[in-house]
Amino acid sequence: MTDVINTMPGMPRAVPLESETPKPAVDAITGEKHRSEFDVEINGTVGKPLVDNAKMSSRNCDVFYGDKQAIFGVDLDIGNNEIIAMIGPSGCGKSTFLRVLNRMNDTISICRVTGEHTLDGEDIYGKKTDPVLLRARVGMVFQKPNPFPKSIYDNVAYGARLHGLASNRSELDDLVEASLIKAGLFKEVKDDLQKPGTGLSGGQQQRLCIARAIAVDPEVILMDEPTSALDPIATATIEELMDELRSNYTIAIVTHSMQQAARVSQRTAYFHMGKLVEVNDTDKVFTNPEHQLTENYITGRFG
Amino acid sequence: MPTQTILITLIALLIFSYFIGHKRSIAVSSLDKGRRNLHSRPHYYGYMVAIWAGIPALLILMLWSAFNSSIVTSLTVSGLPETIQAESKDTLGLIINEVKNLAVSGQIAEETDAVKRDAAYHYQRLQSISTLAKTVVVFVAALLGMLFAWRLINPELRARNKVETVVRWSMIVCASIAILTTVGIVFSVLFESIRFFESVPPSDFLFGTKWSPQTSIRTDQVGSSGSFGAIPLFVGTLLISAIALIIAVPLGLMSAIYLSEYSSRRVRSFAKPTLEILAGIPTVVYGFFAALTVAPFLRDLGESVGLSVASESALAAGVVMGIMIIPFVSSLSDDVISAVPQAMRDGSYGMGATKSETIRQVVIPAALPGIVGGVLLAASRAIGETMIVVMAAGLSAKLTVNPLEAVTTVTVQIVTLLTGDQEFDSPKTLAAFALGLGLFVITLLLNFVALHIIRKYREQYE
Repeated sequence: MTDVINTMPGMPRAVPLESETPKPAVDAITGEKHRSEFDVEINGTVGKPLVDNAKMSSRNCDVFYGDKQAIFGVDLDIGNNEIIAMIGPSGCGKSTFLRVLNRMNDTISICRVTGEHTLDGEDIYGKKTDPVLLRARVGMVFQKPNPFPKSIYDNVAYGARLHGLASNRSELDDLVEASLIKAGLFKEVKDDLQKPGTGLSGGQQQRLCIARAIAVDPEVILMDEPTSALDPIATATIEELMDELRSNYTIAIVTHSMQQAARVSQRTAYFHMGKLVEVNDTDKVFTNPEHQLTENYITGRFG
Repeated sequence: MPTQTILITLIALLIFSYFIGHKRSIAVSSLDKGRRNLHSRPHYYGYMVAIWAGIPALLILMLWSAFNSSIVTSLTVSGLPETIQAESKDTLGLIINEVKNLAVSGQIAEETDAVKRDAAYHYQRLQSISTLAKTVVVFVAALLGMLFAWRLINPELRARNKVETVVRWSMIVCASIAILTTVGIVFSVLFESIRFFESVPPSDFLFGTKWSPQTSIRTDQVGSSGSFGAIPLFVGTLLISAIALIIAVPLGLMSAIYLSEYSSRRVRSFAKPTLEILAGIPTVVYGFFAALTVAPFLRDLGESVGLSVASESALAAGVVMGIMIIPFVSSLSDDVISAVPQAMRDGSYGMGATKSETIRQVVIPAALPGIVGGVLLAASRAIGETMIVVMAAGLSAKLTVNPLEAVTTVTVQIVTLLTGDQEFDSPKTLAAFALGLGLFVITLLLNFVALHIIRKYREQYE
């Protein structure tokens, strides 16, 4: 009976793969000793976590949920007009780190963030900083498309109205149109601007959310797995869009898809168990990773 | 055997049938390829045998009990001498009643009237025959059903499906009982109202502005012709309900927003049940609170600023009723506000909205259908409320929208019309049914609108 289950496709294996194909104790090429994927030590970050033209930077970032520490001493810069991808297995802290950058963690009462975090050199956790104004400068796109239960027009105009970005109706119309054009959605919805945003398809909804974020004219856009709920075609559209947006915005994207990270980003940061393991140019991370854990992850040994 | 004994024995028989069905299924399957071969688990076979034994027997018992008395009565009547049978219906009914009383009290031998005595003996004999026959027929049906189902059992028999069909039908029966009761109430109110409208024209009732339901009993009485204009009552009802909603909606909505968005978990776990207690206080307690505390307070307050407030005022009743319906608004709104997905709020915060902007522009619109539903439910409750108004708003049917005066409501008038001595065919009594119908139509419309709003705006977010 157990044999039947083990050979059935799609069933979880009773015995882990590793034990069936034991690895040699010493790597044939590098001569390095192998250890289990999970107990490789992480001593600081390898690669290039810091850049010269940093838009945002974090130093000694620790995040706690209650007593549990989720992020351990992360140092990372996000360069101007670059797309940085954050990858890593589930629960590694990449989304948490993303939410540090626009203080979305403030909405979770048990969450505590320490370290120094700056946007254009200004401390974003300082007493003088209003998280509300910060979030207008650092926009966010979420994993699941979350348009408001309003019309397409009102969804895009929402942030502009909040911050008084348009002084009259025609300016607002222009802003909505421009944002929808930038998000590549205008052609599809230009006759249905008064229809509910929730009636669009998943990919369109996500582009609506991007348009909504762009409308506030942020400097940085944080994307938390923006395509994980979308099909490949909608994903491709959004990836193209990100490439176009790069000339005007700085983008940080969390993704589970390594192909996506490789396609859209200039730099890639690999997180593991709340620590930043490796940051480097995307090409380098995916072709020649420095850290054993990064290599294990991108070659699909775990994660 | 009396019916109770039959029932108890029948239940014992059903338990027995369950066990023999259970056992039989196991026995049948072990002859073949073992228990895995059975289509259903053994207890389903048990239930099936019990159902076969129980349902026909119970049906027979019910029908027999329902028709027993009329059949026995008519047989007794046909046993009476022809002269008595020729009597009028009322007299005959009296005689039959006497005969029945005789038979039940067991003092037949002391009766002097030979005809009645014979009839009583006849009735008694018929009754005992009927009881005996009932017992025999019910048990024979039960045993036959049991035997039939027991013999049906074989491994291929789909006992589970059969049992589930029976369960489904019994649910349908339960649901239809509730529905039929509602329909029955509606029709009885409707027919009595039609009788009322035969004596009072509907236009007088619907558009008349004078309510004074005293009608003369003797034709030579003066000054009490009775006028049934319901406008003052409905205006009073709407006035008090409006005051109640003006109190309850802001208070309830604000407390719901505080509870769901701002309060800490500890405050919420304590404050929400406390608020809901308001809904559990008996309305009569609210009533004397309104009459003895709030109304005098409002009167004194009015005097101190130079307003004349009646000691029974619409305002006092409305305010207390508003307090009473706060939990309907707050509890339902709190639930729907909490049900708005966190992703909505995150989306709004992520664009630099403040908490209050997020609540006003995203959370409340998303929760609006539920909030409207809660408010309309509270409104239905306010319109139907009686006790507070009886005690605090008075009985005078004055057509006014001044909340400082005494008014009366539809429900209060129904109470006054139907309490005390009454004759059931006078317009005065029947007016209560017409008022009830009016009230029913209004609350039905409110509920209809509420459901429509909820359905129209539901699922705007997922």
